[in-house]
Amino acid sequence: MGALGVLIFIVLICLCAPLYAHYWAHVNPFSSNISGRIFINGHWRSVIQSNSTGYGESPIGPTWHINNYFLGADSQGRDVFARLLYGGRDSLLIGTASALICVFFATISGLAAGYFGGVIDWIVSRMLDITWAFPVYLLAISLSVILVTAGFSVGPIHVQAGSLLLPIIIIALIYVPYVARPLRGIVMTLKEREFIQAAIGSGASDWRILRKEILPNVAPSIIVFFPLMVAFNMLTESALSFLGVGVQPPNASWGTIINDGLELLYTRPWVAMAPGLMIVITAGALNLLGDGFRDAFDPKAKLRGSI
Amino acid sequence: MLKFKSTRKLGVVTSALALTMTGLAGFSASPAGASSYQKAHAGGTLTLLASTAGGTLDPQVNYTLEYWQLYQATYDGLVTFQKVNGPASFTVVPDLATALPKVTNGGKTYTFTLRKGIKFSNGQTVTVNDVKASFIRLFKVSNPNSGSWYNAIAGGDACVATPASCTLSGLTVNAATNTVTFNLAKVDPEFIDQLAVPFAAIIPASTPTKDEGSSPVPGTGAYTFKSYNPNSSLVMVRNPYFKVWNAKAQPQGYPNKIVENFGSTVESEVTAVENGQADWVFDPLPSDRLGEISTKYASQLRVHQLTADWYVPMNTNIAPFNNLKARQAVNYAINKNNIVKLYGGSKLANPTCTILPKGFPGHTNYCGYTKGGGSSYNGPDMAKAKALVAASGTKGAVVKLVATNDAVNAAVAQYIVSVLNQIGYKASVVLQSANIQFNYIQNTNNKVQISLTQWYQDYPAPSDFINILLGCSTFHPGSDNSINIAGFCNAGIDAQIKAAETLTITNPTAANAKWGQIDKTLMAKYAPWVPLINPKLTDFVSSRVGNYKFSLEFYMYVDQLWVK
Repeated sequence: MGALGVLIFIVLICLCAPLYAHYWAHVNPFSSNISGRIFINGHWRSVIQSNSTGYGESPIGPTWHINNYFLGADSQGRDVFARLLYGGRDSLLIGTASALICVFFATISGLAAGYFGGVIDWIVSRMLDITWAFPVYLLAISLSVILVTAGFSVGPIHVQAGSLLLPIIIIALIYVPYVARPLRGIVMTLKEREFIQAAIGSGASDWRILRKEILPNVAPSIIVFFPLMVAFNMLTESALSFLGVGVQPPNASWGTIINDGLELLYTRPWVAMAPGLMIVITAGALNLLGDGFRDAFDPKAKLRGSI
Repeated sequence: MLKFKSTRKLGVVTSALALTMTGLAGFSASPAGASSYQKAHAGGTLTLLASTAGGTLDPQVNYTLEYWQLYQATYDGLVTFQKVNGPASFTVVPDLATALPKVTNGGKTYTFTLRKGIKFSNGQTVTVNDVKASFIRLFKVSNPNSGSWYNAIAGGDACVATPASCTLSGLTVNAATNTVTFNLAKVDPEFIDQLAVPFAAIIPASTPTKDEGSSPVPGTGAYTFKSYNPNSSLVMVRNPYFKVWNAKAQPQGYPNKIVENFGSTVESEVTAVENGQADWVFDPLPSDRLGEISTKYASQLRVHQLTADWYVPMNTNIAPFNNLKARQAVNYAINKNNIVKLYGGSKLANPTCTILPKGFPGHTNYCGYTKGGGSSYNGPDMAKAKALVAASGTKGAVVKLVATNDAVNAAVAQYIVSVLNQIGYKASVVLQSANIQFNYIQNTNNKVQISLTQWYQDYPAPSDFINILLGCSTFHPGSDNSINIAGFCNAGIDAQIKAAETLTITNPTAANAKWGQIDKTLMAKYAPWVPLINPKLTDFVSSRVGNYKFSLEFYMYVDQLWVK
C-alpha cells in the first residue's frame, strides 16, 4: 500500500505540472530564459549569473522557495522543478503506454503460440527469438536513431520526428518477447490441464476457450507483469533520452533532464540529481507494487518466495 | 580555416588582433626558432582530449580546425605560415621550396625550386612529381575549395568539371632543375596564402586518389600519424626521416608521442586536465566550469581573440527560409547577448551582426536587425520578428535545426529552437556528432533548413568569408563539400565579389571598403545567415605543460609543448 501511495502521489504531482508552472511559478519550462531575472529574498537576481572573474556563466542554484526556481535553473535558464514535473508526465506516460502496448502484443503472441502450437508457435517463437537475440539497448538505440530523428511514415500513418509516440512504440516492441515467452509457457501448461481438455472435448470453439478459460487464468500473471514493465520501460526511456535518442528537446523527461544536468554536474548537481531520485523512487515503488500484485494474484509464487 | 595575403593587409589585421589579444598568464610574442630548441625538454607523451574526432584524416579533404592544428606538425607545403608566436605567424615563409616564389608574367606565374633531400615519413624522397601529383589529387578528391581557390591554376576549371581526367596543365615541373611552375588563369592575390594551408600539403604521388578517411597519409613534418580510430584516438609519433630544414617552417617538436583521445564529455576533459591526467582540451570550455578554471587554474588558461564567426546559415533554397522575410525574422529574434552568455560571457565573445568579424579587413559597423537599428547590437526585436513571420506566410512551419552535440553548441542550438518556437515555428533540434555534422549540413540532399556552425578564417582576407561562404563557386548541390551552407548564389553579389577581388590587387584599401559594402548588402537585402558572435579562444593546458606558443593562423602549436 505504501508503494501504491507513493506512486499515486508522484502521478498526481506530475499531473499538476501545468498548474504549478502557469499559476504558481509563472514560468514556461519549455522556453529558454537566459536573460530572465527573478525576485528572491528581496533582491532581483539573474537566472543565469556571471562568475566573479567574468569568465563563464552559471544558472541559479536551488532557491528552496517552492514557487520560485525551487531547484534552480538549467543552462537555458528554465525552472528545473517545473521541468521535473513535466518530465515526470512524459516519463510516466511513456512507461505506462509502452507497457500497455507491450503487454497487449505479448498476450496475443503468448496465447496464440502457446494454445495453437505447431506452425503458429514456430513462427511466433522465431519472431520473438529474433527480437530477443538483440541486446535490448542496442536495438532500442538503433531504432530510435532512425525513427526519432527522422519520423515514421507507413501508409496513412505519419508520426513526426520528436513525437512521444515513437519512444512509446519502440520501447513497447523491444520488450514484447520478455513478456510473451513466459506467457506462452503458462498457456502451454494450462492447455494440458483437465478443465481445458474438458472444454475442448465438449466442442467449445478455440476463441471461446481462449477468452473464457485461458485468458482468465493468465490474467494474474499479466497483472503482475504490468507494473514491472512500466518500471522497466520508464528506465529504458530515461536511458534513451539521456543518450539523446528518446524524448527530444525542448520536451522534457527525467532522462533528458539528467542529460541537461550532466553539463552542470560540478556546479549545479541538483539538476541531474533530482530526476535521478525521482526515477529511483518511482521504479522502486513500481517494483514493490509488482511484488504486491504477485503476492495477491499468484499464491504459488508467494509460496515460492517464502521458501 | 585561415589565410592571408599582402603585408599591408596583414598589418591592419595583426595590429587589431594584437590590441585585443589577452593572455591570463605567460603569453609572450617571442619567436620559436630552431636556435632556441631545448633538448632537455624533448620526450614524453602529450595527451590531448576532444569529445569527438574531426572526420577524415586526409589533409586534402579535411576542413576542420581540429586537424588543421595537428597538420602543422605532420605536413608541409611549398610555403607555409611561419611557425612563430603571435602576429608574425601570419607571414608566409618558404617550406619545401627553397625560397618564396619568383612571380612573373604580371602576377600569373609562380616559380618555386624544391628543396632536395627531404623525405616523407614512409622513407620516399620528395620530388617535383609528388608536387604535381598532390595538386592533381586535390581536384580528384573533391577538395572543398578546389572550385574556389585552386581553380585559379590554368586548367583548374577543367579539373573541377571532370576531376577524373584532371591533368592540371597550368602546373609544370622540371625534374632536372627541381622547379615547379604554376601558371594562373587569372591573377589571384591570395594564391600564395592558399598554397600555405594544409590543403596544399605535398604528399607522395602514390597516394590513392580518393579520400583516405582513417588511413594516415605520409607527410614530411616532424611527426607522422601512426594510427587513427575516430571512435577512440589519434596517435602521432616522430617522423624518423625528419630533419630540420627551416625551423620557422617546420621546427623540431618536443614530445615523443602525441595522443588525441576522443569520446569524453568536455566536463570530463576539463577534470582530467585539472588532475594532470591529460594536457589539453580541444573543445570549447563549458561555461559553468570557467569560473573555477579562471580562479583555481588561472595560470593554465590562455585566452585569444579570434577572427571567426559563430553563425546560423539558413537554407535559402527550401522552405521556410527560401523566404527573405522568414530569414529576416530569425535575425531580429535571436538575442545575441544570450549567445554570448551561453558561450561563456562577455570576456569570451562579442555579439556580431556582420559576416566579416570585428577587426577584420572590410568590417563595417552595421547592425540591421536589432532593436532600433543602427551600427551596434541593441538586443532583439521580437515584435518585428513575429510580424515578419506572419507576413512571410511561413508561420507554423516545421523547422529542424542541426547542430553538433558538444555542450556549448547544444546549448546554443536549444536556445535558438526556443526562439524559433516563440516566433511561430514548430522547431526542434537535431544534435549530431561533430564527426558528421559539418559535412551533413553542407549536403543539399539532407535538406537541412537551418543549422548552427562556425567559421574560422583561413587567412585574413575578406574573400575568405564572403566568397567562400556565400559565393556561387562554393555551392555544390549534392556534395558533402559545399561550404556555402546557405546555398546562396546571386549573380549580382558574385559580380561584386569578383570586382572586389580584382580591386584587391591594385587598391587594397578601396577593396576593403567594397567588401564591407558587399557584407552590408548581403545582410540587408538577403540575410542568408544570422551572424551570432565573434568568439575568443580558450586553451586550457595541464600544469606540467610548458612552452605554450600560439599562432594566429593555426592556434596552439601542439608539437612545441613541453611535457618533460
